[in-house]
Amino acid sequence: MTTVAAKPVTKPATMAQALGRALRDSMAEDPSVHVLGEDVGALGGVFRVTDGLTKEFGEERCTDTPLAEAGILGTAVGMAMYGLRPVVEMQFDAFAYPAFEQLISHVARMRNRTRGAMPLPITVRVPYGGGIGGVEHHSDSSEAYYMATPGLHVVTPATVADAYGLLRASIASDDPVVFLEPKRLYWSKADWNPEAPQRVEPIGRAVVRRPGRSATLITYGPSVPVCLEAAEAARAEGWDLEVVDLRSLVPFDDETVAASVRRTGRAVVVHESGGFGGPGGEIAARVTERCFHHLEAPVLRVAGFDIPYPPPMLEKHHLPGVDRILDAVARLQWEAES
Amino acid sequence: MTVMEQRGAYRPSPPPAWQPRTDPAPLLPDAEPYRVLGTEAAAKADPGLLRRLYAELVRGRRYNTQATALTKQGRLAVYPSSTGQEACEVAAALALKGQDWLFPSYRDTLAVVARGLDPVSALTLLRGDWHTGYDPREHRIAPLCTPLATQLPHAVGLAHAARLKGDDVVALAMVGDGGTSEGDFHEALNFAAVWQAPVVFLVQNNGFAISVPLAKQTAAPSLAHKAVGYGMPGRLVDGNDAVAMHEVLGEAVARAREGGGPTLVEAVTYRMEAHTNADDATRYRLDAEVAAWRDHDPILLLERELTERGLLDDDTRRRASEDAETMAADLRARMNEDPALDPMDLFTHVYAEQTSQLREQAAQLRAELEVASEEADVPEGETR
Repeated sequence: MTTVAAKPVTKPATMAQALGRALRDSMAEDPSVHVLGEDVGALGGVFRVTDGLTKEFGEERCTDTPLAEAGILGTAVGMAMYGLRPVVEMQFDAFAYPAFEQLISHVARMRNRTRGAMPLPITVRVPYGGGIGGVEHHSDSSEAYYMATPGLHVVTPATVADAYGLLRASIASDDPVVFLEPKRLYWSKADWNPEAPQRVEPIGRAVVRRPGRSATLITYGPSVPVCLEAAEAARAEGWDLEVVDLRSLVPFDDETVAASVRRTGRAVVVHESGGFGGPGGEIAARVTERCFHHLEAPVLRVAGFDIPYPPPMLEKHHLPGVDRILDAVARLQWEAES
Repeated sequence: MTVMEQRGAYRPSPPPAWQPRTDPAPLLPDAEPYRVLGTEAAAKADPGLLRRLYAELVRGRRYNTQATALTKQGRLAVYPSSTGQEACEVAAALALKGQDWLFPSYRDTLAVVARGLDPVSALTLLRGDWHTGYDPREHRIAPLCTPLATQLPHAVGLAHAARLKGDDVVALAMVGDGGTSEGDFHEALNFAAVWQAPVVFLVQNNGFAISVPLAKQTAAPSLAHKAVGYGMPGRLVDGNDAVAMHEVLGEAVARAREGGGPTLVEAVTYRMEAHTNADDATRYRLDAEVAAWRDHDPILLLERELTERGLLDDDTRRRASEDAETMAADLRARMNEDPALDPMDLFTHVYAEQTSQLREQAAQLRAELEVASEEADVPEGETR
């Protein structure tokens, strides 16, 4: 028997690289996929996600636009009307706001307005969330605004592999997708072989990131690693926490979430976005409606405070961390159990 | 020597002598709106074109009066009339070839109809049985756009995409004077010029944004002058002169088609009716002003020319009028029929695949409808 020294097929890759690879593969596979945004060309985007795309596909496929978010998304609408599949990069969460009217009044409802005749397959990539020491207007968690808009899918990866798989699926979707990229995970690494066949993840399915029996942490995007860390720390307290990574806020996977909470009987929703009017309120209500008789305690929320995003030197007090999550878990009425 | 210079990483070049990127002079609009009717140039206008424009304008006027009447009969939820602006509406439609795209605002259903769409389909939005009553791709007409100027970047993107594909397509986008204050107007014109997209922007300056006159909207010399700042030509036209409109839009479309890039056309016209049937124009403008514009009516201007040249005989007049009446009678009859509504349609087109949440909500509505229909079946006087 001969053994061939196997070349290492996997090596650490960052989420930013996986996202870039997803764009590249989508563009190579489908000539109607066009990338447009600010600084996406020679610079490769401020987070380097689009690095090399203009070189490989030309300026017509990966286009540096004038600096105007409504114009970028508005022209993307017209491009999609003509049969292209635009992928728009918004430079930062808070810089996406000028494009809100286009997103809400046109992108989200064109399929409905035209009775299905003219869906808009547009992917809007938005780096979001804090924890990177960004100054004002660089750290917003804007997902609740998008979630409240019927017609949009709202997707957010938490792992390198999901970044690839979900972005591929989003670009392939015939519906518009707001693709929220947790910017503090851009440089998170995982073993990943870009040459191997990749999974294209279905949009709308949550996954159990860590199985557990005591309580469920329901979370997404940048808070997933924090919850996994909290779950490890919780073992010392005797709690075996399950972590559900939603991956898609719209459509919302009631099935996976409710099944988990029915198993564990307790739930905490964790996100950076503010609590009041935030995603956690909707999620807590959905869980309560579906799992009321299985619940040992009220569904709790660990969220960012209801304040404008703090300056970088104070953001650590705002972001949900391991301690705040464990404090919430401690309040899940364990004493009543025995 | 600075650190940067030592490293040789960055050597600033001396600032170049400043010069404009584009010579602004050829981009400037005329000082006065361009006119053909009532000038010597009118004699050169093709009689066939004059007769065609006349018939279209008469038909357009009748369409406007019929649609307004339908609001009074409760058959339209609202109608923003283009009475007085028919020359702009008709010229916009006639300037385009079949493969070209029209991007109308909510006041431009006449342009949509003049392009050949069934008036009942054009009026779906304003009747209220759905938002868009036609397949935009089939007719190359974008949905009637209500949020002001937001359709302009769509026109730019579509024209840009067509050009990337190597297709011969021009987009003509319509907006009002009020819409030129919106950010999307600015962004669309800027993108169009940077990309040299085959787009024509038609601003119908009808004097008012609901109640607010142009003087409170802009301090620009004219709306057409705005083009210069973007590096595209601006044309100022008498929007009630159908021949001038036809000529200027035709030139702008041809220029776009030949790769010459976008043009901004300002058509100076007047909104003869209130903003919509729900508006009261007497609160913000004088009857005398409206009366003065009646003497500059687009149909009147064309009639004068046709009469002077002996082109408007009784037969031409009668045929135009009969054609308009036939259209109006058909529209009236069909709009007097109740549209078929299916409440379950509310859930059908939100996503390609219905979410589980929408499936649940659809089931709820279906159950409510069943209860309502069972209750309606119970004979009067009986209780359940």
